[in-house]
Amino acid sequence: MPAHRSLRDFDWLMLVLVTAICALGVLQIYSATRDTHFAEAWWKQAIWILAGFVALWVGTLIDYHTLLGQVGVFYTLSIATLIATFAIGMTAFGSRRWIGTASYHLQVSEFVKLVVVLLVARYLSELKGDQLELRDLLKLGGLVGLPMVLVMIQPDLGTALTFVPILAIGVFLAGFRLQYALALLAIISVAAPISYWLVLKDYQRQRVVSFLDPSQDPKGSGYQVIQSKIAVGAGALWGRGVTKGTQTQGRFLPVPQKDFIFSAFAEEHGFVGVVVALGLYFLLLMQIVQNAQTASDKAGMYLCMGVAALLLFHVLVNVGMVVGRMPVTGIPLPLMSSGGSNIVAMFLMLGLVNNVRLRRFVN
Amino acid sequence: MKIHFVRKDSSVNPLLPDDPKLASGKIAVFQYSTIAVFLFLITGFWDLQIRNPEVYQERALENSVKSIPVLAPRGKILDRDGRVIVDNHSSFSLYLSRENLKMEHLRPIAEGLNLDYDSLVSRVRQFQSRGAPQYQPIPIKEELTPAELAFVDSHKDANTFPELEVVRVQHRLYPRDGLAAHVIGYVGEISESELDSPEFARFHQGDIIGKDGIEREYNDQLMGVDGEKRVEVDSFGNERQVLADKEAIPGKDLQLTIDLDLQAVAELTMENRRGAVVALDPRTGEVLAMVSRPAFDPNLFAGRIRSKDWKVLLDNPDHPLLNRAIQAQQAPGSTFKPIMALAGLETGVIDDNFRVNCPGGATFYGRFFKCWGKHGTVDLHEGLVHSCDTFFYTVGNKLGIDRIAQYAEMVGYGRKTGIDLPHEAEGLVPSSRWKIRNFRERWYPSETISVAIGQGATTVTPLQMAAAIGGMAVGGMWFQPHLVKDAVHLMPARRANVNLENIQKVVDGMYGVVNEPGGTGVRARLPGLEVCGKTGTAQLASNSLLKGTSYGETHKDNAWFVGFAPRENPEIVVAALFENGEHGQLAAPIVRDVIKAYFDKKARLAQPQPQIAHVPTGLLQPPPPVPATTALVNP
Repeated sequence: MPAHRSLRDFDWLMLVLVTAICALGVLQIYSATRDTHFAEAWWKQAIWILAGFVALWVGTLIDYHTLLGQVGVFYTLSIATLIATFAIGMTAFGSRRWIGTASYHLQVSEFVKLVVVLLVARYLSELKGDQLELRDLLKLGGLVGLPMVLVMIQPDLGTALTFVPILAIGVFLAGFRLQYALALLAIISVAAPISYWLVLKDYQRQRVVSFLDPSQDPKGSGYQVIQSKIAVGAGALWGRGVTKGTQTQGRFLPVPQKDFIFSAFAEEHGFVGVVVALGLYFLLLMQIVQNAQTASDKAGMYLCMGVAALLLFHVLVNVGMVVGRMPVTGIPLPLMSSGGSNIVAMFLMLGLVNNVRLRRFVN
Repeated sequence: MKIHFVRKDSSVNPLLPDDPKLASGKIAVFQYSTIAVFLFLITGFWDLQIRNPEVYQERALENSVKSIPVLAPRGKILDRDGRVIVDNHSSFSLYLSRENLKMEHLRPIAEGLNLDYDSLVSRVRQFQSRGAPQYQPIPIKEELTPAELAFVDSHKDANTFPELEVVRVQHRLYPRDGLAAHVIGYVGEISESELDSPEFARFHQGDIIGKDGIEREYNDQLMGVDGEKRVEVDSFGNERQVLADKEAIPGKDLQLTIDLDLQAVAELTMENRRGAVVALDPRTGEVLAMVSRPAFDPNLFAGRIRSKDWKVLLDNPDHPLLNRAIQAQQAPGSTFKPIMALAGLETGVIDDNFRVNCPGGATFYGRFFKCWGKHGTVDLHEGLVHSCDTFFYTVGNKLGIDRIAQYAEMVGYGRKTGIDLPHEAEGLVPSSRWKIRNFRERWYPSETISVAIGQGATTVTPLQMAAAIGGMAVGGMWFQPHLVKDAVHLMPARRANVNLENIQKVVDGMYGVVNEPGGTGVRARLPGLEVCGKTGTAQLASNSLLKGTSYGETHKDNAWFVGFAPRENPEIVVAALFENGEHGQLAAPIVRDVIKAYFDKKARLAQPQPQIAHVPTGLLQPPPPVPATTALVNP
């Protein structure tokens, strides 16, 4: 057994950070749901986290090169499953995202993220040149775009958008010509307004509108933002105490154990709690980046950076939404929001990061 | 195991270990971006939690705290035996909580509950403009039906209409068919004009107050003090915890002097008639029964928002809202004659030997005044028994208007009796001073003649009449009529210095009216009971209050009867006004029935109650009916 696979090399700091964040999440889920019919959510979450640790271990065990080698299989499986979701998936909250029964179900798109991370890492690490050619970019864009479109039409715009930072960080790290960047920017600036009218559904357009001016629609999706801001603001410096936040306890916050868990957290733990929690996320991100920096090969670096970018995007969009600085997209806060698929997928990815770390020494 | 990590054939396997450090500059860019993202997020929290948390704390409070009024139930109104006349029943009212009221919600709320949108808006504005206490919710609908309750329940969540609040209230429940409606009055929501008046200054918008009758007169006692509950609610509008609870202080019960048994009989005698009946205990001034017909159903408009029934009542030409017992000012007609007789005897203008010949009328001051019959030579007793106008024309002429006025005022005519009801009328006793004051003209002696038989300008209310005759019958003591058992602010009884022998003569005459052959009030006779009384038939010319109504078309005379029993130490005096009854004889049975009911009840109560526990079942028989009179051996 080589030394680099010893327990000493395991990313203990990351494990501590993850455990701390998860603990805050469980506490908050408990506080937010204790009087509701979701009251069992906190221990379900705890069980999912335990399952997550197993997933982390599994993600660590198998050499990531092996996994990268199997990307084609994973990718094909993902696409097939996404399509299958339409056929046999469950409908909840107006969209088909889950596979399984009411008591046990899987949000497929969470695992597709993982596959996209692997896909981008594999694709970019195989490139010969210093820069990404337009041909490569289009090809990779197409590969990522296909599952993205499939998720988007579930419809789950939020999760579909999470594929973008994975691709973006990869392309950014691989390097590409300035004119491509400009061209891409031009395409986006043209495509964005068009897609606003053609691609987005009414409720999604509504979300954009209410993001720009929440008071315009105080009872629709603007309501969520307003209530979230009230909850956060009411928390003030020290917070109102666990189980003492009226916004959370009175369920003025929509689903305070899922997408809006951080506003519930901010209400009950205040600015101090927010700084601590965000600090934990920040350290976790830095730790992942550090693992990227010490990766033994490009593939490992892409892998770690893909996970980091995905995590950063989630935190930015979710927490930004909580303070009204991002539109309501309905993506969870990784490690804190209640939800099995999300937790397990996240832990799997962290397992990959650890995987890269353990294999950082090239003889 | 190294083979696992190092690919030997680098040309085939693209996954060659390479130098990730190449990207370190770009990774640093990512790190700085991460710092920027976290700063961006932290400043978001800083804005909300550190710079102005008060704003959001206030809004969180608005969100979650609701004031729920705890309405104090009004006191019950009981009869003299403690039986409930006016009760409360539980119902649900809908309130709009002001903390989270949104004007744009009013339209869907109005549609959902079948309310008129415009009046709802104006109601809300009224509350807002009045500066009512900030948290005082606005009542918008009473007596919610199950369907309406369901609507509220499914719409009161934070996302829909969080201002909806259902409150359990005690709603007034009045007797059916308008029993004692005029005595009791009714409650209603305080009006704009009332809020402006000093009498109601301490009330708030939305308060339910007594509007008329006992409900108004004793509002302070009946009305409790409302409490308030401040509760924390969740976004579905469900109560989570009580923050403050100020309990309501219920109103006190009020016991009336009214006897429900008598009241019921009096109501029945007036069935389908227009007029009033008042029964008093002349020894105390307690009102035993008070009926005014036509009546109204107070339940119809006792709520906050008056239905169209209210308008119908107001527009009714018979004025059902008028309490005729204290507000109908009618010429007393011949019921005035006992007072004339007393005045004649007291002043000495007549004595036992004084006689008048009645050929069917007499001429005074060049004008012939008709008598209703030809009575021949009559003395005072016969004059009363046959109600001879000629006799009393002569007495009146001898007395002159001012001495008549003096005695009319002595018995209580021309001013309020002071009964504990709002809006009592004064009636009118004409005098020379009155004439000069109001018409700038001296009194012509010829005018006195018709006053002497209770016509002319003289008007009295049924209550005044009962009080006047009752006070005379007990020997010249007039007690203030009152409706509440433990009335505290009663005026002391007025005692007049009258010769009891003279009163005895008048009372004997009134006994004759009922009990002697040819008496005008024989219809009031009750075997075994010494009922005394006097009929009256009054022309409507002096009826200014109700003129121009449906009366004007008929112009039938009003029938009066005032009676008391027994002859000595009377216990009950009853005055009945039967509007358009044409002749006083027709009012006599009304009085008879009420007096009979009184003594029947007294006899029933005097019977020993059967000891039911000792009577074997099966042998249980109702006690044999006892004639009312057997118990009345000269009380």
